[in-house]
Parts: sequence; C-alpha cells; structure tokens
Amino acid sequence: MVKHIDAIIVGAGWAGSIMAKELTEAGLSVVMLERGSERTTPVEGAYPESIDELRGAIRKRLFQNLSQSTLTIRNTMDQTALPYRQLAAFLPGEGVGGAGLHWSGVHFRVAPEDLRLRSAVIERYGEKFIPEGMNLQDYGVSYDELEPFFDKAEKVFGTSGEAYKVQGKIVGDGNVFSPDRSDNFPLPAMEDTFSASVFRDAAKNAGYHPYSLPAANASRQYTNTYGCQMGPCNFCGYCSGYDCYLYSKASPNVNILPVLRQDPRFSLIPNAHVLRVDLDSTKTKATGVTYLDTKTRKETSLSADLVILGAFQFHNVHLMLMSGIGKPYDPISNTGTVGRNFVYQTITSSRVWLPPSTYTNQFVGAGGAGVAIDDFNSMNFDHGPLGFVGGSPVWVNQAGVKPIAAALGAGGGGTPRWGSAYKDSLVNTYKHSLGIDAHGSNMAYRDVYLDLDPTWKDAYGQPLLRMTFTWKDNDIRMNQYVVSKIEPIARAMGATKMNLVHLNAGQPFDTRTYQTTHLGGGAIMGENPQTSAINRYLQSWDVSNVFVIGSNAFPQGMGYNPTGMVAALAYWAAHHIRTTYLKSPGPLVKA
Amino acid sequence: MEPTLNNPFRRSVVKGLLGTTSFWMASGNARWAEALAAEAAQPYQPAFFNAAEYQFLESACERLFPADHNGPGAKALGVAEFLDRQMQTPYARGENWYMSGPFEQGPANLGYQLPFVPKDLYRKGIAGVEHYARQQYGKGFSALSALQQDEILTALEGGSVQLGDIPGRVFFEQLRTNTLEGAFADPLYGGNRGLGGWIMLGFPGARADFMDWVNQEGASYPIGPVSISGETA
Ligand SMILES: Cc1cc2nc3c(=O)[nH]c(=O)nc-3n(C[C@H](O)[C@H](O)[C@H](O)COP(=O)(O)OP(=O)(O)OC[C@H]3O[C@@H](n4cnc5c(N)ncnc54)[C@H](O)[C@@H]3O)c2cc1C
Ligand code: SF4
Repeated sequence: MVKHIDAIIVGAGWAGSIMAKELTEAGLSVVMLERGSERTTPVEGAYPESIDELRGAIRKRLFQNLSQSTLTIRNTMDQTALPYRQLAAFLPGEGVGGAGLHWSGVHFRVAPEDLRLRSAVIERYGEKFIPEGMNLQDYGVSYDELEPFFDKAEKVFGTSGEAYKVQGKIVGDGNVFSPDRSDNFPLPAMEDTFSASVFRDAAKNAGYHPYSLPAANASRQYTNTYGCQMGPCNFCGYCSGYDCYLYSKASPNVNILPVLRQDPRFSLIPNAHVLRVDLDSTKTKATGVTYLDTKTRKETSLSADLVILGAFQFHNVHLMLMSGIGKPYDPISNTGTVGRNFVYQTITSSRVWLPPSTYTNQFVGAGGAGVAIDDFNSMNFDHGPLGFVGGSPVWVNQAGVKPIAAALGAGGGGTPRWGSAYKDSLVNTYKHSLGIDAHGSNMAYRDVYLDLDPTWKDAYGQPLLRMTFTWKDNDIRMNQYVVSKIEPIARAMGATKMNLVHLNAGQPFDTRTYQTTHLGGGAIMGENPQTSAINRYLQSWDVSNVFVIGSNAFPQGMGYNPTGMVAALAYWAAHHIRTTYLKSPGPLVKA
Repeated sequence: MEPTLNNPFRRSVVKGLLGTTSFWMASGNARWAEALAAEAAQPYQPAFFNAAEYQFLESACERLFPADHNGPGAKALGVAEFLDRQMQTPYARGENWYMSGPFEQGPANLGYQLPFVPKDLYRKGIAGVEHYARQQYGKGFSALSALQQDEILTALEGGSVQLGDIPGRVFFEQLRTNTLEGAFADPLYGGNRGLGGWIMLGFPGARADFMDWVNQEGASYPIGPVSISGETA
C-alpha cells in the first residue's frame, strides 16, 4: 500500500518544479513523477565533456527520446498524419529539469494587450477584422493580476535586464513598449555581444527602440529567493540545447530543486512515465495517477487529493485525452475543448554580412542575451491598413553558433551546399555575418488542433498525439511585413550583403528544420468552458482537482518566448491554490 | 559505447610527427598536416565498412568537402574514420528515432518515413551508388574523375536517382550531414584531425570562456582552438 499523498506533480520541468516548491511551502506532501532520468549540473553539465556539439545539440543527448513516444503531424485535415520520427522542428525536454535544463534563457513577461488580444483587436478595428476561422481569444487574466508573479519568477530565475518603467517612473533605457513593473530586474542587463551592439546602433538610427533582451543568464553572481546560487555567465555559447556548466543559466535543477530536494515533504521519482490520471466513476474527480517504471516496466498507481500536470504543452494535452479529462475538441462540429487552439511560433532568420575586416565571432554568446525591438510586436503598431493580427519582435540573439550547425545550414537557396564554393561561403558566413530573427506570434484556427492518432502507438501501447498544423495567410503576411522592416536596419549596419528570409504564401509547416520549441495551446485558459479547457486559474473545468500548467494555456502564440509567461502562470495558479482552493477544494470559477 | 576522455588516442598518435610539409601549411594549418602524416603512417582499420565501402566514402566525402584554399578536405580531416566510428554508436542503430511501423510515405515536409536506420542507409546507399556509377560510366565511383563523381552527387542531391529502396536524395543528405559533422566535431570522434575544421572557421573549440571577448568591436578572436582532450592548434 502506498501512503496517501497530498499532491502529485507530473513532470520535473519549470512548471512542475515551481508547483512542487509552492505546494510543499503550503505544507503539502508532494510526489513529482518524471519520465526521464535524474539530471544534475555536476554530471550532465561537467566541463569539458558538456562542451561537445556532436554529443549535445547534434546527437540530441538531452532531448526527448522519440523511440519511446512521439507524435504524428500533418498540415491539413485531409492528409494522413505521419510520425515525427527524428527530432528537428522542435526539441521537447526529458529528464529532471525538462527543457528548462537545455533552454536558452530569453525570459520575457508578456505584452499586456496579448492577454486580451480579442478584445483589443475588436476595440480598435471591429469584430470583422478577425479573419474567418481564427479562434482569437482572451486569456481571462490581466497583466496587473500577473505582475507580482512575473516579479517573483524573475527573482527566482536571476533574470538580467534593463527596466523601462518601475512603479510609474521611467528608470532606464529598457523597452519603451513594456508595461510598468513593481521592481527592477534582479540583475543588470547582459553585455551586448558585438553583433548585438551593431544591431542596437542600427535600429536606433533606423528610428526604432532597441532594448536588451531579458535573460535568465546571470550577468553577475546571484543568490535567488530560495537561497540557490548562480555564477556569472561567461558567454561560453553553450546555452541552447546544453546544460550550463557554470550554474549561470536558470534551470529547475539549479534554481529550485536544490532546496526542494532537502524538503522531507518532497520526493522525486525519475524514470516514471505517467500513463494517465485516474478518475472516479463520476469523471469529475481525480483519484491519483498510474505510471510505468520505464526501467522495470512495472505499473504503479498512486492516490492523491490534487494532481498537477506539468508535462509540457502537448504532453499535458495527451494526458488529458488519455485520461478522459474534459471533452476532446472536434473541429467539424466545433465542440469540445481539449486539443483546441493549438499554436506555435512564427520564426524566420535573416542574415547580414559585414565587411571582411569585421569579425562577428558568432561562437561568443549567451542564450538569452541580445538586443531586440518591439516596434512591430503585439498591438504596438497600426494593424488597420495591414489587415493582419499579431506581430513579431525582431532581434539579434547571438546564443553561440557552433561549427556543425553552421556547416549544415550553410548554402542552399540557389547557392552550392557542398564543394569548394560552398566552403568559401561557409567560412565567410561564419566569420563575418550575423543573424537577425523575426520571432513572432501565431494565431489559432478552427482546423489547427491536437487529437489522438488512429494508427501509431508509443512504446507503452498508447495512441500517439496527432498534430494538425500549418502556416496560415494571416501569420505569413505578418511575418513578411515584419521582415521587410529588417532591411533598413541591415543597411544602417553597413551590410555588404543580406539575405532576408520570410515565410512564403502557401508554405506548409516543415517538420525537418528547427524552428522553436515554443508550442502552445491545446488546453487553453479562458472564461468560458465552451471554448477553454481550463479556467483562469489553470484548473480543469471538468475535473476540479486537476490543474494543467504550461504553455498549453495560451489561447494564441505570442511574439515573445513562452517560459516567463509559463512561470508566472504557475505562480499565479499556485497562489490561488494556496489561498483559496486548499481551504475549500472545488471549482475556483463556477462553470 | 560513447568515446571517453580516457582514450585520447589521437593525441598520442599525433605527437612527435613534425615537419611534414604540404601546400596547406602555407596558410598556417600545420597541425592537421601532422595528423595527416600520422594517418599515413598508421591507417585506420574500418570496423563497420568493408574496404570498398570505405574507399567510396573517402572519395565521395572529399568531393563534398574538398581540400582547397580554405583548408583541408574530408580525407585529411579523417571524415571516413569518423563515419566508421559513428556506425558503432546508438545513432547508427536509430535508437533515438521513432522506428515503429507502419511506414507510409508522404510529402517531404512531414519528414523521414523510411524503415531504415543510418547503418542501413549507408549499406544500401553505397551499394546503390556503386551500381549507378557502373551503369552510367562503366566504373566504380572511386575510379571516376572528379567531374564524373560530382555529376553523380549532383544527380543524387537533385532527387533524380533512386538507389534501390532508398531515394538518392535521402542518401545524399545523410552523407552530407555526417561528412560535415566529421569535419567539425571534436576530434574525440575521429574527424576534424589536427583541429583543421575549426582552424578554418576560426572556431575556438572547447574554450567556452569569452568573458573578455563579448564585444571587441569586430576584431578577430586571437586564440586558437582547443579540443576536449586538450589538443591545441
Ligand atoms: C533548445 C531550446 C531553447 C529554448 N529557449 C527558450 C528561451 O530562450 N526562452 C523561453 O522562454 N523558452 C525557451 N524554450 C522553451 C522552454 O524550454 C519551455 O517553454 C519550458 O521548458 C517549458 O517548461 P515546462 O515545465 O512546461 O515543460 P518541460 O520543461 O518540457 O518539462 C516537462 C517535463 O515533463 C516530463 N513528462 C512529459 N510527459 C510525461 C509523462 N507522461 N510522465 C512523466 N513525466 C512526463 C518531461 O520529460 C519533462 O521533463 C526553449 C526550448 C528549447 C528546446
Ligand atoms: S552562455 Fe552563459 S548561461 Fe549559457 S551556458 Fe554558457 S555560461 Fe551558461
């Protein structure tokens, strides 16, 4: 017999670790189940073995092992979805820390109007402005409500940045479009790499408003709210896809788990793949979860009062579908909510070449460091004459370009991909160029969604999740518009050559090249149980002792990277669990 | 098995073999030239590929990544050895790939859908290219002129050739990818001999500390590369 547990948490990433910390603080006994293995910086991050591109980002040491489970993907509903057999377009995490161990560290808040995008668009342009088939929705929570939790998260992550406005006063040269903050960043902004500094000057000359990317890479030594320590980042260039060897990049492993592991109320079970949340006969209450020990292949059921899903966006959706939590979304009848509003992130990377006397040293970098402009993000510009919804920050985020990645990506688009001419361009591009990204929003559509695949199964016999996704006209035009704004910046940089890359009309989503791991939606938050799977506290509308934490909650994809928002939503949900739910368990919002 | 640091065999082989000259040395790339000499003295014995397959790889990889004024090519960098050693890792057995059937083909943008892992792709792909070479030119790939070899590679890349079960383009992409990996991975894995790939790009390898070099106003980074095992150049 297993003793009774107050709360089970599925997944040991940021979402799970934040919830585990909060719930143990509230006095609950917490068991965290993680399908992957144990991971700690002294082992996975140890220098110099961790500074190995082949073993790291290329052979994908730290990411999800697709041989055990994956998903199937198709562009449109009339196609047969096929398995995502090799990691490429996105790289989900696995193992303690989740993708929080190998993320880059760009740590944003949110553009306030993105939280109420439907209302904001209608107020400005009228309801007719929203294209047919676009499921534009509000989150049901405001920036002011979330602000304390953004602040809390930044102080846990040790975020480096420069503020614009704190408590109504302009305090620095930060992002003029960013909302008011209750406090400054805990650490000063990361230094600009040479490439970023060139972009900053050029963007200013072109009339835009450059700012330092907020980075969960420590610009100084830092001790966080929990007493966990970080060392200063040295721009080693091995953030993205790697475990930071210097304890400089925020991760659950460095910033939360060291204290959590010492708490007798907390236990962590690695190699525990949760198969489903168990429900009682009414299907309105969870009784616990059933997991498989991936080493022994033995199934175990644990009982608990509260179940938190923090398994990452699409794994959360998969677990809900496997468990019968909520009603599966059906795009034909437009009913159900689980799987609805699946979204991603538009991203295109353009390239600018500087004169041969100038070396961009692209191997120098930090995952979260860089300079961005928000002039074409969110509702910061007039969409009226443009006729699309959404926007993109534009940035130089030199995270450290390594040689294999550079070599694989060089050539193409009409230029040789091998041979001596290819080598010429590879060497020239590596030494003298820099990348500029348009990293933008992606709206939700009625025929873009997640459900269960009818054919393929994972290693545990469960159906794979099926993703139906492609780029739509609204988002393609948005990307094209924003990319066109890069040209004057590149000119002001003194570019000798530029390659502006944008999405093309009708271009389908391609699973073969890395874009981002910023997948969202599928179990979204909202104020209406007909159009959202979870309420504004991230509580299942249908099973009130299940909370679903992650970017699955986003009704549409925003221009910013998701993790800052995920962390704030986790602290927000935890706050309401602690202050309200635990006193009287039940729905926090009446359906 | 993953290669470990306890086996810095490349270093011990390279040590002490100074003084080999070649035209690359003029551009300062002395280190891999030494490695090349070491290789000639003690050639690598492939364990996965047979002699004919290995010869194909030496020729084909050199066409993909030829020695030129930029620096060494695939042969000097040990790319074929790298490939052979990779064939003995979980990667070659597709252990991180989802390899459950059914295997249905679909549009290219939905990704790889063949029932073959890298080991199979090489076995079948090399046999297929050799067959194609004999058919088109009456000789095996390695016996052809560079121009003819390039014609074959161009045809594979362009997608007009089927190699038995395998589309020529799939084999081409596999070969190109692994060739470039071999040119630029840490020498721990048998390629990038003498750090020649990194020198070419000005990549400092495992230095991983640029505290004082975040912004030097576009100056070239002054320190040469170092490998995981401590080899420098
Ligand atoms: C290379 C890379 C760079 C990135 N850079 C940035 C960035 O700069 N900024 C940013 O904001 N975001 C970035 N991201 C995204 C970021 O990593 C994610 O948003 C974030 O980690 C999500 O946290 P999470 O806790 O929701 O999920 P995860 O970190 O994915 O954690 C979920 C955990 O749940 C486990 N799990 C899943 N299913 C089960 C199951 N059935 N049973 C048990 N356990 C399970 C997984 O193994 C995993 O460990 C990046 C991602 C990648 C891959
Ligand atoms: S760049 Fe900085 S934060 Fe990133 S891995 Fe290196 S030291 Fe860590």
